[in-house]
Amino acid sequence: MFLKMMKYRFAVSEFARYDRAGMVLCLLGLLFVAFGCLLISQDAAAADGRTKSVSPLDEKNPLSNLWSGFYYAKKETKAMQLDDFGNPGSFYVEEGAELWKKKVGAQGKSCASCHKDASVSMKEAGVRYPVYFAPLDRMINLEQRINLCRQDFQKEKKFEYETRELLALTAFVRAQSRGMPVRVKITGPAKPYYEKGKAFYYQRRGQLDMSCAHCHENNYGKSLRSNLLSQGHANGFPTYRLKWQKLGSLHRRFRGCNKQVRAKPYAYGSEAYVNLELYLNWRGSGLEVETPAVRN
Amino acid sequence: MRFRFLKSGSCGCVKTLSWQRSLVNGACFLVLVTFVILAFISTNALIAAETGSETEENGLVKFQIINLIHSKSIQHSLSGKPGNPKRGEALMVNRKKGNCIACHGLDVFAEKAKTKPNIYADMGEIGPSLNGIAGRYQEGELRLLLVDAKQIFPDTIMPAFYRIERFTRVDDPFLNKPILKPQEIEDILSFLMKQK
Repeated sequence: MFLKMMKYRFAVSEFARYDRAGMVLCLLGLLFVAFGCLLISQDAAAADGRTKSVSPLDEKNPLSNLWSGFYYAKKETKAMQLDDFGNPGSFYVEEGAELWKKKVGAQGKSCASCHKDASVSMKEAGVRYPVYFAPLDRMINLEQRINLCRQDFQKEKKFEYETRELLALTAFVRAQSRGMPVRVKITGPAKPYYEKGKAFYYQRRGQLDMSCAHCHENNYGKSLRSNLLSQGHANGFPTYRLKWQKLGSLHRRFRGCNKQVRAKPYAYGSEAYVNLELYLNWRGSGLEVETPAVRN
Repeated sequence: MRFRFLKSGSCGCVKTLSWQRSLVNGACFLVLVTFVILAFISTNALIAAETGSETEENGLVKFQIINLIHSKSIQHSLSGKPGNPKRGEALMVNRKKGNCIACHGLDVFAEKAKTKPNIYADMGEIGPSLNGIAGRYQEGELRLLLVDAKQIFPDTIMPAFYRIERFTRVDDPFLNKPILKPQEIEDILSFLMKQK
């Protein structure tokens, strides 16, 4: 009825032509605005694992939706991570930047002497470690790569695990990959280590007789007393934990988890933990690197 | 002939009269019933024979798991004594002991959390609620669930609170020790049996 009336109006109106032109312009304008809105909304809802889940890169992943630990963190903790000035992990990254340039050893070499600008040379490092290292015939993680450089090229004593220097340098290097999706290689020589890491993940251990999967695969999103269980990803490490009041390595977290189920923890940098680190990074492949993340 | 023998009627009798056959059938049935009754009595006698808390070589008290078709259970008190529900409640909220509420919710505790949040708050949601648990399980089944829940649910996350074997890499302070003592199991059990 309304349309008929409109038709009639256009037919009889002497301004009909102008009206039509106006309408077309109006429609075009509306379309433009709508398209813009769509772009903006898509941007806001970009899958990052923090506000919207990410699909795993490997379809064999037992998790169909990946959620970063950020998603399960408390509101204030999230705010702390997002604010670069308020993120206590940022201080470590800055310290790491200083160490990157610091010349040490007999030959007076710094990391920058060989690797130059970390934002270029280290862009991928945080995404693909641990990697298979042929000379030692095993997997090495970032901490171990840094120490190998230190011993072999800088001719300096290695940093002990969990020292402020090693944490700072590791965080600085991994922070270069911030926002890039984790993507570790589990094929070729890495395959057997991946398998070992997987076996570790599903092995019940400790007096409480639980495997990683019991909490982080079967029960994520549920509360365990005062904590909300996450999917247990590695994408934010080294992480500033409020509980520690300090930046800490992934292996420190592993040791904490093991002790919580009353299992004997492995040593920092042990082969068992590096294999688990590889497996966890595979489970989280697709999630963005968040180093230095802030967690409860 | 042999083939015919196997094919013929009940109890393998050849060319039997109908009254003979029913007599044999009746006898068979009687023997079977007697056997079942005897078996039942002997099991009960076995349960009855076990009293108090004898200690095994490994340091744990002896207990017997009764495996029936529909339920598995431990019928007798591990300590030989009844439990104390008040003590049981304290053990359930103690993080270093039962810590049951890390995973299980219970309305009675939620009510108490309003006045004593530091003791009762933050109940977990991993395991099923304990509301009305005594109506869902018999005492013996609940005792076995506390002792070793994997006997009933093999894949469960729930720890075995009274077991010291078949573990991987138990940390030194906990090696060869069960999480709870026999009397502590009974105390928790007595509290749970009040949740009707």
